Amino acid sequence: MDTEITLHVDGAEHTFAVDTRTTLLDALRERLGITSPKKGCDHGQCGACTILLDGRRANSCLALAVAHDGAEIVTAEGLAENGELHPMQRSFIEHDAFQCGYCTPGQIVSAVGMLDEVKAGWPSAASKDLDADGFVLDDAEIRERMSGNLCRCAAYANIVPAIQEAKNR
Amino acid sequence: MRPYSYSRATDASGAVAALAGAPNAKFLAGGTNLVDLMKLGVETPDMLVDVRRLSSDQIEELPDGSIRIGAAVPNSDLAADRTIRSRYPMLAEALLAGASGQLRNLATTGGNLLQRTRCVYFQDVTTPCNKRESGSGCSAIEGHHKNHAILGASENCIATHPSDMAVAMAALDAVVQAQGPDGEREIPIQELHRLPGDEPERDTVLEHGDLITAIGLPPLGFAANSKYRKVRERASYAFALVSVAAALDVEDGVVRDARIALGGVAHKPWRATKAEEALRGEPVNEANFRAAAEIELADAEPLPRNAFKVPLARNVITRTLLELSEER
Repeated sequence: MDTEITLHVDGAEHTFAVDTRTTLLDALRERLGITSPKKGCDHGQCGACTILLDGRRANSCLALAVAHDGAEIVTAEGLAENGELHPMQRSFIEHDAFQCGYCTPGQIVSAVGMLDEVKAGWPSAASKDLDADGFVLDDAEIRERMSGNLCRCAAYANIVPAIQEAKNR
Repeated sequence: MRPYSYSRATDASGAVAALAGAPNAKFLAGGTNLVDLMKLGVETPDMLVDVRRLSSDQIEELPDGSIRIGAAVPNSDLAADRTIRSRYPMLAEALLAGASGQLRNLATTGGNLLQRTRCVYFQDVTTPCNKRESGSGCSAIEGHHKNHAILGASENCIATHPSDMAVAMAALDAVVQAQGPDGEREIPIQELHRLPGDEPERDTVLEHGDLITAIGLPPLGFAANSKYRKVRERASYAFALVSVAAALDVEDGVVRDARIALGGVAHKPWRATKAEEALRGEPVNEANFRAAAEIELADAEPLPRNAFKVPLARNVITRTLLELSEER
């Protein structure tokens, strides 16, 4: 059963018909050819499909496209501005924060969304004083807040420092 | 995935009416559990009625001091709310102990309460499961049941309820507001979720077409001294083996009152009323905390591969109460 929807993806507007069963991930990859969100587990367990959905990081594999008609979406390929890589992208390159690279777009988008959550004063399970006004993003905080992104190459040892450096840029 | 129609409800009454005439229809909110179960073939609705943008996404304090949480409030917003963090820290901690940052942004408060068990057999349509298909049998009782229930289970089902948030809400006596074909009603959270008995396919007392619109938290002063502690097989992003939500009211070294609920041990968030009763009026010390935990767990009926949960729950209850009595 097809329904027409509009998505704003990385600054461009797309209006097209989708089957009601289509996830945002499949709409982006198969219909719009935007392949930076990756299909890893397709069950919300690995984070490779992470996008910014109306400003917040989300698993695009569990979001139905019809339910997000009109949404503003940013993928890893939309993070660069005026041909300049986003600071998080540069930091991942400088720290060699990947091996095969399959989880990397999801990691980078998730890290960008995560830093916004820290700026908004959101606590995490690693925060010692939940009632504090702000949170210092130490390594334990980064690991906890990024736990929804798995890396089967186990590049975590370089992902954490990459995010540490990018947070100050 | 089976084809289905999709519509977005414009008001709660319309959403309820839409389901009344459609026995295989489902409400859709964040979708983090429902969409997954549809991919697995466990849920096969022929119609989805989207209620995510329908019910309130506000957290508000009412004149009687209670907090009203709209059903559509994302888990991440509820966990970050300053009032929840200071007055009901166990609830913020429980939310933050669940899922991942990405999932908490999508998942709603109402949907969190109605998420289904993560029993591997329930999620695998090639195996018998009484919860998925009534009368087909329980694969877990003789199978992999390390994660399963030790309290309140039946010969038909030993699944556990997966929510962390609901455990804290059970300890806080939250009240669920539901709208159905016959109007609105309030359901104390302890009565929302069921024990499996001989109807394990029914997780809650809600009928088809009942829509959760809000959750109320009554005022509880000593909930400011509360905690959620979760034990799992990795440090983050895993379901509980055992979890404890507890609040403690201590005066002059004596327990005046306590609220305790357990997760990962039963078909519903398990309110530990026997332990609470045993604690009232008792001096604060490890032996009394342990004794109260043992009174609650005396009813446990573990299976060979989940018997470890009994001492684990006892120790987690004891440790959590000790921490709450020391931090005052």
